[in-house]
Amino acid sequence: MTLVEFLQQLINGLSLGSVYALIALGYTMVYGIIGLINFAHCDIYMVGAYIGFFVSTDLHLPFVPTLIVAMLGSAIAGVLVERFAYKPLLRKASSISLLITAMGVSLLLENGFNAVFGGSPRSYPHNILTQKSISLGPVRTDSLHLIILLTSVVLMVLLQIVIYKTKIGKAMRATSADKDAAALMGINVNATISATFAIGSALAGAAGVLVGILYNSIDPYMGIQPGIKAFTAAVFGGIGMIPGAFLGGLILGVIETFVTAWYSPLSGAIGFIVLIVILIIKPSGLLGKKVSEKV
Amino acid sequence: MTAYGKKLAIFLAASVALFAVLSALMFQGLIDAYLQRILMTICINVILALSTNLIINFTGQLTLGHSAFMAIGAYAAAAIFKVGVPFFLSIVLGSIVAAIFGFLIGLPTLRLKGDYLAITTMGFCQIIVVLIQNISQLGGAQGMTGIPGKTNFAWVFFSMIFTILILSHVVKSRQGRAMISVREDEIAAEAMGINTTRYKVMAFTLGAFFAGLAGGLYAFLMMFIEPTSFNYFKSIDLVIYVVLGGSGNFAGCIASTTILTILPEALRPLNDYRMVIYPLLLIVIMILRVKNIRIPWLSDFFSRFRKGGDKNAAA
Amino acid sequence: MPLLDIDRISIRFGGLTAVSEFSMSMEKNDICGLIGPNGAGKTTVFNMLTGVYRPNSGTIRFDGESIAGLKPYDITGKRISRTFQNIRLMKNLTVLENVKISFVYQTKCSLASSILRLPSYFREEEEVERQSMELLKVFHLDGKKDELATNLPYGEQRRLEIARALATKPKLLLLDEPAAGMNPQETQELAELIRWIRKEFDIAILLIEHDMRLVMSVCENIIVLDYGKIIAEGEPEKIRNDPKVIEAYLGEEAAHA
Repeated sequence: MTLVEFLQQLINGLSLGSVYALIALGYTMVYGIIGLINFAHCDIYMVGAYIGFFVSTDLHLPFVPTLIVAMLGSAIAGVLVERFAYKPLLRKASSISLLITAMGVSLLLENGFNAVFGGSPRSYPHNILTQKSISLGPVRTDSLHLIILLTSVVLMVLLQIVIYKTKIGKAMRATSADKDAAALMGINVNATISATFAIGSALAGAAGVLVGILYNSIDPYMGIQPGIKAFTAAVFGGIGMIPGAFLGGLILGVIETFVTAWYSPLSGAIGFIVLIVILIIKPSGLLGKKVSEKV
Repeated sequence: MTAYGKKLAIFLAASVALFAVLSALMFQGLIDAYLQRILMTICINVILALSTNLIINFTGQLTLGHSAFMAIGAYAAAAIFKVGVPFFLSIVLGSIVAAIFGFLIGLPTLRLKGDYLAITTMGFCQIIVVLIQNISQLGGAQGMTGIPGKTNFAWVFFSMIFTILILSHVVKSRQGRAMISVREDEIAAEAMGINTTRYKVMAFTLGAFFAGLAGGLYAFLMMFIEPTSFNYFKSIDLVIYVVLGGSGNFAGCIASTTILTILPEALRPLNDYRMVIYPLLLIVIMILRVKNIRIPWLSDFFSRFRKGGDKNAAA
Repeated sequence: MPLLDIDRISIRFGGLTAVSEFSMSMEKNDICGLIGPNGAGKTTVFNMLTGVYRPNSGTIRFDGESIAGLKPYDITGKRISRTFQNIRLMKNLTVLENVKISFVYQTKCSLASSILRLPSYFREEEEVERQSMELLKVFHLDGKKDELATNLPYGEQRRLEIARALATKPKLLLLDEPAAGMNPQETQELAELIRWIRKEFDIAILLIEHDMRLVMSVCENIIVLDYGKIIAEGEPEKIRNDPKVIEAYLGEEAAHA
C-alpha cells in the first residue's frame, strides 16, 4: 500500500468512523444514564434514514433541512420508545427484563417498517448532494466523505456544548452520576432521561441520513450491522464516556476500512472481533474506569 | 421403591403414554404432516430452551449467542454423517463438538458480567455464522444441502425427554447447587468455597451440548441448513422463551416455548404483520409483568402446568 | 506456631493507602476484635484475609501456609470462613439450601454420578442434609428450614449467615459486624453464641464490631485501626483507657479533657 492509498483509506475510515461515533454517542449516553444497552437505538438510526428519505423525495427538501427534519423526527421516535416501552420498567424490573424489552422494540421497528414500507431497498434522490471528486495534493477523495466527516464533527462539537455548557447538560451529568441525589437537588430526572434519549436519537437519525446518502440505499434492517459496530465503538471507548464513544467510533471505522481492504469476507465480523478482544483484555475500554463491586 | 424411583417411574410412564397417544393420532391422520412438523419443532425448541434455561435462569449468565452452538451441532452432525458415520453417532458427535466449542468460548468470556457478557456471546455467535459462511466445504453462505431426513417424531420426542431428565438431575445436585449460588451471589458463593468460574463454564458447556443436540436433530429434520438461520435473532428467541417461562423452572419454560412456537404459526395468515405482533406482545407482556397484571388465562395455564410439573418431573 | 500470622500487609487503592503495615497473630482458640472508626480499613483487612483483595505487600500465613493472593474459594478450602457486613445470603433460596451451598466444595460427587444418580450421589446428599440440619438445629433455625432466606427477620438472617459460614468447617471464623442492627437483648445473646461457638467448634474467631459492649465482653485481644494503621492493641481493659483510642473515636479534645 502506498502512502497515497493509505491516506485515501484513512479518510474513508475516518468518515465511516464518524458515522459510528454519531450512533455510539446514543448508546453511551443512554447506558450512562439508565444502564441499558438500548438495542432499539440502531433502529432509530434506520427511522432517521427513512424520514430523511421521505422528506427529500416527497417534499424535495435540500440537504440541511432534510437533516434537521430527520433529527427531529428521530428524537421524537426515541422519546416515544423511552416513554412507552422503557419507562414503565425502569427501576421496577430487572435489567434483563429491560434488555429484552429493548430487543422487542428493536424487532418491532424492524419488522414494522418491513411490513409497512416493504423490504426492498430505497434510494435517496441523486441531487441531494452532488458527488465531486476532490484532490488534496496527490490524495483524491470525494466530497461526500468529507461532508459526512464535517457534519459529524459539527454535531459532536454541538453535543459537547450542550453537555458541558447548558443547564440540561448539567442535569444529564448529574442524573447519570446519581439519580437519587439528582432528584433531591430538584432535577426532574424523568425529563432528563427523556432529553438524553432525544439527543442520542437525533444524532443517530443524522447518521441515518448521512449513510443513506453515502450508500444510496436504505432498508428496514439497515441498522443492525452499524448498530453492532457503534456499540462496539462505545464499549471500546469505555461505555458511559462521551469522548470515548467519539474516539472509539473513529478508531473502529479506520480499523474496519483497512481490514476490509485487506480481506473483505471479514467485514461482517470485524466489529465483533474487535469488541471481544477489547472486552477480554480491557473490559472497561480505553477511557473507562474499572468498577468493582463493594464487598 | 424410593421416592426418587417413584417419581422417575411416573415421569417415564407419562412420557411414553404421551408419545403413544401422539403417535396414534399421527397414524390415524388426525395430526397431519403440517402439525407433525410443528410438534417436532416444539420438541427441538424445548431442548434449546432448557439448555438456555440452565445458563440464564439457573446460573444467571445472560447469553445472547446460544444459537451458535445449535449451528455448530447442526453443521458438525451433518458433516460427520456425510463421511459415512451412522445417524445416531453423528448427532452425538455433533453435540460433543458443540460442547467443546462451548467450553472454549465460555472459558474466556464468562469472566465478563451482565450486559458485557451478553454482547460478547452475541459477538461469538455472529463470528461463528460468518465463519461458516466462509467455509465452502460446509456450503458457505448458500447453505448445506443433501442432508437426509433422518429425524422423525420419536427421535425428537425422546431426545427432549432425555434432555429434561439429564438437566433436572443436574440442577438438583451439588453441581446445580453451585450454579444456582453463582446466580444468587457470586461473592458469597466464592466465600463458601465455590469456584464460580468452574461452574459457569460447566453450565455453559452442558448448555452447548444440548444446543448441539437440538442443532443436529434440526439439520436432519430440515434436510437443509444455512448459516443465517442460526444468527443472533435465533438466540434472542431462546432468551425470550426462558425469560417468559419464569425463573428457573422447567414446566414454565416448556409451556412458554410451546406457546411461542405455535404463535407465529397461528399468526401466519397475517403475513408480514405477524412479525410485528410477536415483538409487540413481548413488550406488552414485559410491561404487564412489572405492573403485576397477569393475563388470566395465561397465568392459570402456567400455574396448573407448574403444579402438574412438580408432581411429574423426575427431580 | 500461631494459627494466623499476618506480617505487615498493606494495600493501596489509587493514591489512597487503605491499610498500611498491618500485623497481627492469633492462636488456635482466640477471640480477637478488630475495631476502629468508619473507614478505618477493618473490612479491607477481612477482604485481604479472604482473597477478595490481594495485598500490595506483606505476608499472610495461616496454619503454616502462605495464603496472600489466593482466590477466595481456595482460602475457604484452607478453612477460613466469613460473614458479610451487608448480609449476603442467597435470598431466593431456602434456609436449608443456603447452608447446603457450603458443602459443595467439601463433597466429591462427579457430574457424571450426579447425572446418572449413582449410589454415591444419594449417600452424599443424605450426609449433606443431615449435617445441614444439625447446624440449623444449633442455631434454632431448623423449624424454618423451608422458609426463603429473604423472609427471615434480621437477627435470624445474621444467625443463618453464621451457620452457613460454620458449615464450611473453618478453623478461623471472620465475623463482619455481627451485631449490626440488633437490639441489646439480641446482642447479649450473640455474645453468648460467639463464646459457645468457640467452645463447641474449637475454632478461632476474629470479629469486626462497633458495639463496644460486645467487643469488650467477648474478646481477649483487641486491635484498634485508624486511617489504615494500628493505633493500639491489647486486652479490653488496656484499650478502654488508651488515650489514642479515645481520641480516634471521640476527637482530640475529649482525649485531653
